[in-house]
Amino acid sequence: MRTASVEFIVLLGAPLLGALAFTLLRERSWTPQANIAFSGLTFAAACALTARVIGEGSLTFANEQFFIDPFNVFLVTLTAFVGFTTAIFSRPYMRVELEHGRVSARRLRLYHSMYQLFMATMLVALTTNNMGLLWVAMEAATLSTVLLVTLYRTPASLEAGWKYFILCGVGIAQALFGTILLYFAAEKVLGAEGVNALLWTHLDAVKGELEPTVLGLAFVFLLVGYGTKVGLAPLHNWLPDAHAEGPTPISAVLSGLLLNVAIYAVVRCKVLVEGSLQTDLPGRILMGFGLLSVVLAAFLLWRQRDIKRLFAYSSIEHMGIVAFAFGMGGPVANFAALLHMTVHSLTKSAIFFAVGHAAQKAGSQLMDDIRGLITLSPTVGWGLMLGTLAILGLPPFGVFASEFLILTTAMKQQPWATPILLLALGVAFAAIFGRVQPMVFGETTAKRLPHPPALLPVFTHLALVLMLGVFIPPYLADWYRAAAQLIGGG
Amino acid sequence: MDGLTLDLQILNALAALLLLLSFAMLAQRRIVRLVNLFALQGAVLSLATALLAWRTGDGQLYVSAALTLLLKVILLPWLLHRLIRRLEVYWDTEPMLNIVGTMLVGLLIVVFAFGLAQPITALASTATRSAIGIAVAVILLAFLTMITRRKAMSQVVGFLSMENGLFFGAMSATYGMPMIVELGIALDVLVAMLVLGVFFFQIREQFDSLDLNNLESLKDEDR
Repeated sequence: MRTASVEFIVLLGAPLLGALAFTLLRERSWTPQANIAFSGLTFAAACALTARVIGEGSLTFANEQFFIDPFNVFLVTLTAFVGFTTAIFSRPYMRVELEHGRVSARRLRLYHSMYQLFMATMLVALTTNNMGLLWVAMEAATLSTVLLVTLYRTPASLEAGWKYFILCGVGIAQALFGTILLYFAAEKVLGAEGVNALLWTHLDAVKGELEPTVLGLAFVFLLVGYGTKVGLAPLHNWLPDAHAEGPTPISAVLSGLLLNVAIYAVVRCKVLVEGSLQTDLPGRILMGFGLLSVVLAAFLLWRQRDIKRLFAYSSIEHMGIVAFAFGMGGPVANFAALLHMTVHSLTKSAIFFAVGHAAQKAGSQLMDDIRGLITLSPTVGWGLMLGTLAILGLPPFGVFASEFLILTTAMKQQPWATPILLLALGVAFAAIFGRVQPMVFGETTAKRLPHPPALLPVFTHLALVLMLGVFIPPYLADWYRAAAQLIGGG
Repeated sequence: MDGLTLDLQILNALAALLLLLSFAMLAQRRIVRLVNLFALQGAVLSLATALLAWRTGDGQLYVSAALTLLLKVILLPWLLHRLIRRLEVYWDTEPMLNIVGTMLVGLLIVVFAFGLAQPITALASTATRSAIGIAVAVILLAFLTMITRRKAMSQVVGFLSMENGLFFGAMSATYGMPMIVELGIALDVLVAMLVLGVFFFQIREQFDSLDLNNLESLKDEDR
């Protein structure tokens, strides 16, 4: 045990310092580069921390208020990585938005400082050991993104921002009640420890002694609360609006990262509750919510006309798959769910990068207005096409591997759910592929943009997803296994 | 329940007052008075916390009481009044359910809340455990206030009142959450309020009104 380490201080300090610097200083020409630099520093710290954890095992910091274990370390790295690539993407993208007059320099300053603050809150949520601080960080993550969703000040974006704020606010209030109940149960067992009674590691050690009735009740509130943020149906109402109306880099981090953090919170709670109840009831509830989300999202995909909304619904579908897999539990399903979280995060943010450029070229987010990307810009066209194929679960991409694992496990553990999942995946495939195909290959009359798109992030992400589909590096697989073990269930 | 000491009796009276204020908020359509009721609820909450702190000799609860007083009685109502004056929203429109109907639903909710709190009350060992049901009722009544209102401002006051209920729940079940968590929650509430202030001006600029009926264009069918 140690009080702190350099890597950890940099990991949380870099984005916080960035947020502060962007708030105090005026928007300059180099601000986007500074944004990339801060994100890059965070990513470097995350990598260093990962190397440490591989060498030394789990770590705790600051009187055990923060910790790194196999479950959160890979999410920290993933979050820092996607945060870094999104910052790279955001530079040319936001410059074009500025030239189009959709944002002013003053709003860009808000954008950059909130972007860094958002990163910081997600990293705090992932690394905190204290279930109360987890709640505080989750709420702060919502608050820091509300003004980003409304950045364009259009009526639709204001509506989306309000919905996001109030629905997630009410949702997260339920989670606070759940946390209070958790503390109530914990105090009975860990009473003497006082302040430490909400530390996850301490709770995990005594989870068998926690009062089952109280924890059962707590789980309902925690699941509804954090589930709202995951976008589990029927609590998903805010998600498509918030993800579609904000600037595209924000859509990418909301879909790719914040959903992961929310489901991380749900799983942390599930581990404790399952240990206390000694039944698979929490898993069953999670499976039910997950399956409902997959099916509902798959059918709602057909009704979308806005490309960002289409992929926002696709995020609900994939979060449903992840929730279902964590609900099933057991080493294989957990492994698959963790892999799915990783590949979904990488693929979905890559798609949003490509979609952002496509929508900028077409001057519209309506799918009917976007045509012939392959002639306008082959790289954007192929980026969108490959990303779409990857997210739809075509081999050899990583999404195929994780979905295949989830389906085969479902056949063994929950045979009744397999046909429902297959049907939903088929429906989603037809809906998304049918929309994206004419957008990429159709006829067009639009002109090329003066700025070259930043497509390095798109293809880096897709290459990683491809690699995870073909070959998972041994140390990564070990991590996943260790995390899957930690989550247990099944 | 014989032999209740005076301080416990006062605490229970304050809890009852809290519930009464929730009902008053449910019925109040003038936004200025709604904010005043919210401030009063905060004051009662702060008083109850201070009394409990004196009873248990828990220093941390004194800090909580001071924090509540500062945040919920002084700072937030001041911010809200300022917003109301600058945005000139004084009246909420006709609620979706009339006042009598809302009150009846509210009564049912209180019964439900006590049922929900039953298992927790049975397990609690704090002197204030009988108030847990009231805390749950305050949370749910605030929720009802939110869903029956049309104006963004009244929904926000409902939201803040829900936070009051949660705070009171934590206090009566466990004598409050760990300090670091409570500070974090207070910070979140404050930031939420500031974000909302900015946000309201944006809505106002765009729609010239804070009526949420304007915010209903994002439907799946036509997007």
